[in-house]
Amino acid sequence: MNIGSAIELKGLLWDIGVIIFKIAIVLAAVMGHVAYATYFERKVIARMQMRLGPMIVGPYGILQPIADGIKSFFKEDIIPANADKPIFFMAPVFGLMAALTTLAVIPFYDGFIISNINIGLLFIFAMSSLGVYGIILAGWASNSKYSFLGSLRCSAQVISYEVSLGLSLVGVMLMAGSLNLTDIVHAQQRYPGGLYIIPQFIGFFTFVVSAIAETNRTPFDLPEAETELVAGFFTEYSGMRFALFFMAEYTGMIVMSSVAVLCYLGGWTLPPFILKLLPFLAAVPGIVWFVLKLYACIFFYYWIRATLPRYRYDQLMSIGWKVLIPLSLVNVVITALMKLWFTNSHV
Amino acid sequence: MIQQGFFIYFASMCVIASALIVTRKNVMHAVLLMLLLFFHVAGLYLFLNAEFLAAIQIIIYAGAIMVLFLFVVMLLNLREGPNKRVYIRDWPMGLIVAAGIMLVFVVSTFYLRLGEGGAWSIDKIKTMTHTSAIGYVLFTQYMLPFEIASVILLVAIIGAIVLARKKLKD
Repeated sequence: MNIGSAIELKGLLWDIGVIIFKIAIVLAAVMGHVAYATYFERKVIARMQMRLGPMIVGPYGILQPIADGIKSFFKEDIIPANADKPIFFMAPVFGLMAALTTLAVIPFYDGFIISNINIGLLFIFAMSSLGVYGIILAGWASNSKYSFLGSLRCSAQVISYEVSLGLSLVGVMLMAGSLNLTDIVHAQQRYPGGLYIIPQFIGFFTFVVSAIAETNRTPFDLPEAETELVAGFFTEYSGMRFALFFMAEYTGMIVMSSVAVLCYLGGWTLPPFILKLLPFLAAVPGIVWFVLKLYACIFFYYWIRATLPRYRYDQLMSIGWKVLIPLSLVNVVITALMKLWFTNSHV
Repeated sequence: MIQQGFFIYFASMCVIASALIVTRKNVMHAVLLMLLLFFHVAGLYLFLNAEFLAAIQIIIYAGAIMVLFLFVVMLLNLREGPNKRVYIRDWPMGLIVAAGIMLVFVVSTFYLRLGEGGAWSIDKIKTMTHTSAIGYVLFTQYMLPFEIASVILLVAIIGAIVLARKKLKD
């Protein structure tokens, strides 16, 4: 081995080390957020319903997520008779894997991204469409009617809402001219308004509704409708495997909120008119703004959950196909025409 | 060297997964192996700098078409699979045809010659990004075929609706 290839190898190992370090940081941060998102959710909903929420474990119940984690870790792992064991074991892991892989393309602030690829948004769609496998396989492999019905509902729901989710972001892609999430944020910075939520309000509305449906949250949590299906697709799961589904759901929420922040709310930047008004805000690091916007989006999820009742299944389908998809198509056409008229840009 | 290693991994996994798909008795496992195959095909697209195709491969095939496959398998309730040893009676015939096609492919690789480079070199696609390159070509050079394909798809969609409605009236 000559010196050149030795240096090359050293550089390669250094790159791999940096990537692994970044992955460890992102995973630790997101898992911590997932744990405390459950606490946050219980507290917020409790306050909205005039209750106190968890108060026993630690001051104000602050150690509740840790107690929950320990409990689910030591619980007995029950496998139903006649379950398809390999698929039963694989399903929750697959669901969580699809949710966590998405984190690789999310820029948390300028330059901090595990993998800066050109097709960032498409990658997120691809992984969120794979998340449905965890649910379908769980429902099928547990050999139970409730699980099976839940998973059938879920697959139909996710396939339908994926279409409007993708179409609603086409407006953002057209305005930014890129699928790279970092480029989208930079394009928003250059844009006079600073935020794409202003020109893309139709797109933002359809995105929010489809994102709630895509992550199976209330009012679209038909796959796990407790009153009809016990717990839906994870009825037969217990202990740590159940916790994996939970983590996948909350990671999905964090990912969808991050996409909303990056594509519509300006990511880690502030709109120029606010910076002109209050120039000292520019000194605050970008990650703070990103995290604050992310928390606001997650709070919105909980707010909706505490406010709205669950939809009926046929209502869910007609909202998806008859309202959201036409609306997002209209948004695409309007955005394309506006871009053509105002910029006259050619490739 | 690393690229070659990855290529060998993706290519051999494609072959192994396809061989496993056609030999599984459990239909569900076959469908899941097909999912694995689609992932590795997407990996092969990445080697060709076709990142858009790789993403579309996963979104359309793994995310939509395989879910429909799963639906069909679930609704037919094929949990154990038919109790037959072989699905198809004339499998030797199929094997001969497949082997013949494989022979044609292998022989033709020996006569492979690189054609003249077109307007779209790898560097040009890399600077323009693959997604916008595909969009540009589709909406300028291949506008007519693209529109014809979309009209055919529209006809198929309307046809499916018409067929489903007739069934409802009976």
